[in-house]
Amino acid sequence: MQDKSRRFTPLWFLLPYLVYALVFTVYPMFNAGTLAFYQTNGPASKSFVGFDNFRFLFSDEMFHKALWNTTVFALFSVFLQLPLSMGLALLLNSSQGRAKAIVRLVLFSPNLVGQIFVGILFYVLLTPRYGLVNRILHELVGWGLDEQWLGNPALVMPAIVLTSLWIWVGFNMIYFLAALQGVDKSLEEAARIDGATPFQVFWNVTLPSMRQVVVFVVVTSIIGSYQLFELPLALLASSDGRGPDNAGLTVVTYLYEVGFNAGDLGLGSAIGWLVALIIFVLSMLQIRASRVTEDA
Amino acid sequence: MSPLRAAVLIALAGFVVLYLRSPRDPRLAFRYLRWVLLLGASLLVLAPFAWLVCAVFKDKSVLNEYVFLPPPSTWDTTLNLDNFRRLFKGEDTVQGKVFFWQYVLNSVFFASAVTVVQLVLCSAAGYALAKFEFYGKRALMGFMLGSMMVPAVLLFAPIYEMMVKFGLINTYHGVVVPSLVSAYGIFLFRQAIVSVPNEMIDAGRVDGASELGIYLRLVMPLVRPMSAAFCLITFLTQWNAFFQPSIFLQSQDMLTLPVVLNLYLGLYQNDYGVFLAGTAVAIIPPAILFFALEKEFISGLTSGAVKG
Repeated sequence: MQDKSRRFTPLWFLLPYLVYALVFTVYPMFNAGTLAFYQTNGPASKSFVGFDNFRFLFSDEMFHKALWNTTVFALFSVFLQLPLSMGLALLLNSSQGRAKAIVRLVLFSPNLVGQIFVGILFYVLLTPRYGLVNRILHELVGWGLDEQWLGNPALVMPAIVLTSLWIWVGFNMIYFLAALQGVDKSLEEAARIDGATPFQVFWNVTLPSMRQVVVFVVVTSIIGSYQLFELPLALLASSDGRGPDNAGLTVVTYLYEVGFNAGDLGLGSAIGWLVALIIFVLSMLQIRASRVTEDA
Repeated sequence: MSPLRAAVLIALAGFVVLYLRSPRDPRLAFRYLRWVLLLGASLLVLAPFAWLVCAVFKDKSVLNEYVFLPPPSTWDTTLNLDNFRRLFKGEDTVQGKVFFWQYVLNSVFFASAVTVVQLVLCSAAGYALAKFEFYGKRALMGFMLGSMMVPAVLLFAPIYEMMVKFGLINTYHGVVVPSLVSAYGIFLFRQAIVSVPNEMIDAGRVDGASELGIYLRLVMPLVRPMSAAFCLITFLTQWNAFFQPSIFLQSQDMLTLPVVLNLYLGLYQNDYGVFLAGTAVAIIPPAILFFALEKEFISGLTSGAVKG
């Protein structure tokens, strides 16, 4: 029971956030909506152009390329990186003790390093003939010693994906591991006694009972993938993050270039809206899909 | 056959041997395989770090000659601090001579300032949402969840335009102000504070504590582990932040480490030593913080997802 004198207490605690949200969330969102209909040259001069920014983007081959590259990256994140994270989480979940804690710490550690720093590091690790990646590949499978990862259009995206695996496999593994610890062991045991193979147990018992976390991780991975920017910017520094034949150009790199380097904040906002729309639709589809499987 | 491939083959052969010895009960074999795989993954993850540590001490002339360290007998000619000497020797800019220390200090300042302010503002708002009922609470929380779904890139252009209008471009405030509070942080604190017993808060009120006093002296000490995790996550995010500092800052002497090192990449091209040394310096502070607060960090990270 609250008395009248405390009615405004929560307001005081919330006031800073409310002011902040108005100035840095509500107003910019509103502004992004209008800005997308202007052509600007730096923040000072702008003129109304209606839907021209969007019309331009729909026929802009560079934007299509950026969108395609980013989508390919997102697909790799969901279908390569997350299964690897899950595999490691399963391996680690059935282990015990200090060794488990150490391995968890080690696999997570690259996530502490900012994407720019990782990009710089892998820029050197991926050099032909001397780079560590090239050398390890050569030793293991006898291929790749002289590959120009960052100079060959066909290898730029694999290089970005490889680097992103190093950063995020351990990060997502932490979530899966936490979820696995909440799975009811007796259910798995029952399935096993009924003669289910380990894969069947995982697919029909373990995975469904960690659905909530899986949806969370998939959605955040997609959102993160569509905002990929700093990693290719550093990896492909010699071409401003574009890479040979624009093979490493992402939508956010394009937004950065158009909006802040070239100064057309209007076109930049239009790109921002399209990215936001894609992310929103994909997240909704994902959440909807998980609800459908829940009902079934 | 290369030594690396041989090692992999021997490790896998161990599994086959263990399996063939007792095919009826392959538990030991699978246990062995599990640790081989985990060890392999750990080594792959650690290799770039190990390589970096070796590389920054190697002389320019032998950087590519040896994968990791050169043989110990040659160390007095092949290992030195030359890369760090060149990194810290300072450079001439429009703002006069700027030393690398300046960028380190800038990064420490930005990351700490944002962390301290966010700790106060997010925990206060989290407390209000956890322990008070008020008109519009549900709507507010819905708005906050929605705002977390809005990709940051959408807001950069309008925020930049606004900062230009306010004259905050190229100022220290300009980088700190747009990240003063985060909806994510408020939710983290709300979740932690919800489990503080109401009886304790009521008892505080009966004893005549002010509302501010209850928040500061009763609630905050109880959520200290959460606060530690939050500070670490916020500090790391700001320490590694690139987009905002790179568009809001212009003077060389105000830049932060990610922005400067990205510039060095273009500047030094094939002279890896300098920017690798800079990267090593930039990785040290987060690494120390993380090892000091590892447990809190992981629990803070997963609390949002698992408890739902």
